[in-house]
Amino acid sequence: MTTRVQLEIFEGPLDLLLHLIKKNEVSITDIPIATITEQYLATLEVMQTFNLDVAGEFLVMAATLIHIKSRMLLPMADDEDDEEEGTDPRQELVRRLLEYQRFKDAADQLERRELLTRDVFVRSVAPAEEIPAPGFREVSVFELLTALKRVLDRLPKDVVHEVMLEKITMREKMSLLLDQLRTQGKILFESLFAEVTTRMEVVVTFLAMLELVKVRAIRIFQEEATGPIQIEAAAGIENAPAVLAMQDPEEDQHGT
Amino acid sequence: MEREDIKSIIESLLFVADGPLTIQRLGEVLEGVEREDLRSTLDELQAELENSRRGVRLVEVAGGYQLRTAKVNADWVKKFLGGRPARMGRATLETLAIIAYRQPITRAEIESIRGVDVDGVINTLLDRSLIRAVARKDVPGRPFLYGTTPEFLQLFNLKDLTHLPTLKEMEEITLPEMPGEELPFKSAEEC
Repeated sequence: MTTRVQLEIFEGPLDLLLHLIKKNEVSITDIPIATITEQYLATLEVMQTFNLDVAGEFLVMAATLIHIKSRMLLPMADDEDDEEEGTDPRQELVRRLLEYQRFKDAADQLERRELLTRDVFVRSVAPAEEIPAPGFREVSVFELLTALKRVLDRLPKDVVHEVMLEKITMREKMSLLLDQLRTQGKILFESLFAEVTTRMEVVVTFLAMLELVKVRAIRIFQEEATGPIQIEAAAGIENAPAVLAMQDPEEDQHGT
Repeated sequence: MEREDIKSIIESLLFVADGPLTIQRLGEVLEGVEREDLRSTLDELQAELENSRRGVRLVEVAGGYQLRTAKVNADWVKKFLGGRPARMGRATLETLAIIAYRQPITRAEIESIRGVDVDGVINTLLDRSLIRAVARKDVPGRPFLYGTTPEFLQLFNLKDLTHLPTLKEMEEITLPEMPGEELPFKSAEEC
């Protein structure tokens, strides 16, 4: 005898709970917690049987359900501080379920819209993807590191021991770079380090650049595999200052 | 300049533009033409394309105007372009919805709504430029706050964020019928 098992892939514990609530045709605000908990645990068991990865969050929810179930069994304390005790133990869970359902609905609504590259198209460009400028290719991390090494190698091999304290912050470097891009549009990677004289400053400048790539304020391109690496502002540049402004100054300070 | 000339020029500019064309940009090119005239000409053009059931339509999206193919022709365009369109998974769509309505929002806040880890999804959305980091939240760890991009508006054919479909009030939520398969539960009696 073969047993056919069909398991929907649940997005998470809340998704599974909503499914069970619908399946049992019960009200989301009045969940029969014993039944639902039982079915929830049974589902986890099935998932485990089939070696599906039961993520930690499913187990946390299981514990929450059992906790609620046990609280439901306790007589309601009707003393004065019913702020804590008198509330329905299911309340918080119900709130979370409703909120999650709300965004599931919103996701459905979004999906029903005229989607670009599904329902409608624009001339030759697919704006959903990041399209590099023609003839340009994105630079790999290794190419970046090679370029960084070149910059470091160019630094004067100073044997004199100088003692000075200079504070360079990543934030400063980030704003500097953004300013440069705003006025010049595109700059060469190497020119970033033109006036840099210390190793520390090279590193801070490099990190500042990486940080800006990470928040998508800038893009790094190369015209050909061995060509010069270029930096240009990405679409989100107008928001970059906000990101910088929030940067914790203490954590990025470096001295030489 | 005759109105018909302006309309013709605008149509040409819309054709060559790489993204949604703003009224401001049109104004810079068509010097001396009033904003209102630009707007009404665009409206006219939009109506003409719509009424004569043309293969391209003019839509107002992401703060500008853009020529897009008519939805009725979607299958033909897809056949012509070939390839599989990137389908957006459920997790991606839900996460995007949460970010769209609750922006700016941190990873942790999204996770607390979805009840699952969203790291992978966030990275996908960042890669597709549908969201971006807009600031950092002033809490321990200074996590990034995420918001949607113009590409998000373009993807979902939205004029701006105020045109997002209204989020239902909590009280209005009813659970739709699930077309889902039966789960192999043990019933209460068996346990």
